[in-house]
Amino acid sequence: MADRLFELLERKGLVLGDGAMGTMLQLAGLTDGGAPELWNVARPDVVRAIYQGYADAGSDIITTNSFGGTRYRLKLHHLQERVFELNQAAAALAREVAGADRLVAGSMGPTGELMEPLGPLTLDDARTAFAEQAAGLAAGGVDFFLVETMSSLDEVQAALEGARAASDLPVVVTMTFDTNYRTMMGVTPAQAVQTLHDWGVTVVGANCGNGPAEIERIMTEMAQARPEGVVLMAQSNAGLPRWRDGDISYDGTPEVMADYTRRMRALGVQVIGACCGSTPDHLAAMRTALDGPPLAHYEPAFDVSALQGKPVSDSTARRAARRAQRAET
Amino acid sequence: MNNNDFDSLPEALQDLYIKMQDDLYDGLKDDVVEATVEALDQWGQEPADILQLGLVAGMDIVGEDFRDGILFVPEVLLAAKAMKGAMEILRPLLTEVKDVDRQGTVVIGTVKGDIHDIGKNLVGMMLEGAGFEVVNLGINVDADQFLAALREHNADILGMSALLTTTMPYMRTVIQRLRDEGLRERTIVLVGGAPLTSAFAEDIGADRYCEDAAVAVEAAKALMEIKRRKA
Ligand code: B1M
Repeated sequence: MADRLFELLERKGLVLGDGAMGTMLQLAGLTDGGAPELWNVARPDVVRAIYQGYADAGSDIITTNSFGGTRYRLKLHHLQERVFELNQAAAALAREVAGADRLVAGSMGPTGELMEPLGPLTLDDARTAFAEQAAGLAAGGVDFFLVETMSSLDEVQAALEGARAASDLPVVVTMTFDTNYRTMMGVTPAQAVQTLHDWGVTVVGANCGNGPAEIERIMTEMAQARPEGVVLMAQSNAGLPRWRDGDISYDGTPEVMADYTRRMRALGVQVIGACCGSTPDHLAAMRTALDGPPLAHYEPAFDVSALQGKPVSDSTARRAARRAQRAET
Repeated sequence: MNNNDFDSLPEALQDLYIKMQDDLYDGLKDDVVEATVEALDQWGQEPADILQLGLVAGMDIVGEDFRDGILFVPEVLLAAKAMKGAMEILRPLLTEVKDVDRQGTVVIGTVKGDIHDIGKNLVGMMLEGAGFEVVNLGINVDADQFLAALREHNADILGMSALLTTTMPYMRTVIQRLRDEGLRERTIVLVGGAPLTSAFAEDIGADRYCEDAAVAVEAAKALMEIKRRKA
């Protein structure tokens, strides 16, 4: 298995990811709720220009416009029969821009369906859907798969198995810990890093979420639980979305993202990028921060005492008693 | 019924309601359904009271603990399923009452591109509980579908839900279509979903932003009252 990501990590030590695709497409006029992936063939000029913007800003990795490229997400736009084509196009465009120097990450996002037993999606069907997407991405020339913004470990497992069935390229996994510092399904950063390590994933991390301060605490928890040999990755949103003057924008400036980059370095995170709301300007500032000196002194920007203890509600004790009673009878 | 009324209930019935809340919290659908039947058959409770004192009170605790990071989505989904089970029993009974004081018809759905439906369904159930006829269009609903349903059911109220910053702008599109097709005047438009604000609702030309299901019920009632007086 030609692991170009590892070669790059060995060579450079620190690697700069790229920034948002979805919000960039919105800026470029995708505002009708249409499928971003369709633009890989309908507006390849726009998608290529966004990739190029990140390449010029100094990104080492270009991530494909294929986040919603599984058949389940494309179905919302009646595009479920074009999975291979749209993913291949996303990857081929990125490959063109990335050339031989930069890597291409094949983005694979959640299906948006709930998995059994919570919902209707079976592990088999999910695996098949991810394999189908991964085949298109591989055909378009990606260097590795980036399974991102995940909240359920079951779905990660399906994506991992699907990707591995389609190709022997490496798989990187980042999850989103946006619900009280866990994924919305309740997965903790420590649980994620452990489980993914057990499943043979070497690059693990967090992306999206509620901005740099949140991800700093999450990466701290991951770093503390990190098994030997695991490389950490973080791609934070550029702050938080705000509704302003009839439009949505993110409040994280390039300076904020540069500061976040230095903080991630201090925590030992080796692959650092950005997510929703970021632009090539943010990535250029992050490049400078990555190439410059490390922080002389790291001071956590979050409340460290919050790492301990879990809140308990008033009615918890009553329910616990009831459960014990139920267990007896 | 308010809390005072709850306190004046026989203790065994209070216990039944609290057990119903606890079982809902634990996602025990069969137990919640059983308790609902017991409240109806053995205690002669009104369907609307069972909804309020048992199910909604239970969901309130689930919502609080979700917000505080004690519960996560899997538990919330199981609780919602349990509530749905009980609603299947209560719904026909709530409809029976309705002819007497019919509140109005609501068409509700989650907008195009968005598949979050837990909150929207909760709002739908609460509106049913309050005596509204509710037409639930589900998720990923586009303007054509909203308009067709409003016409078909001659509805008074349109309720739209969006949970994503990328899908909330679509509400503006739907409202514009209502204007274009001459339906805006006669339709009350309520919007909800976590990323919304009242400023946003005002900006897109909705009548009211509803931060939760209780507010949605209040707003629906109040605006229907105004609409009736105007008519
Ligand atoms: C009259 O009309 C009315 C009136 C009142 C109305 C109303 C309509 N609608 C709502 N209300 C109001 O009354 C309700 C009852 O009090 C309230 O409804 P709520 O819906 O607010 O409250 C519910 C009772 C409980 N809340 C919920 O049910 C939402 C909870 C969270 C965790 C959530 C869930 C459960 C899910 N999700 Co999603 N999800 C999140 C949510 C994070 C959070 N902490 O809120 C959010 C909304 N999700 C998010 C994301 C990003 C996504 N989700 C996705 C998928 C999912 C699941 C499928 C896993 C699941 C949905 C299951 C389902 N069947 O609904 C994906 C989107 C798919 C899509 N196209 O829609 C995906 C894109 C994930 C991904 N990376 O692919 C985030 C949105 C970020 C943003 N700002 O845009 C998010 C805020 C998580 C986060 N970052 O913290 C009020 O808002």
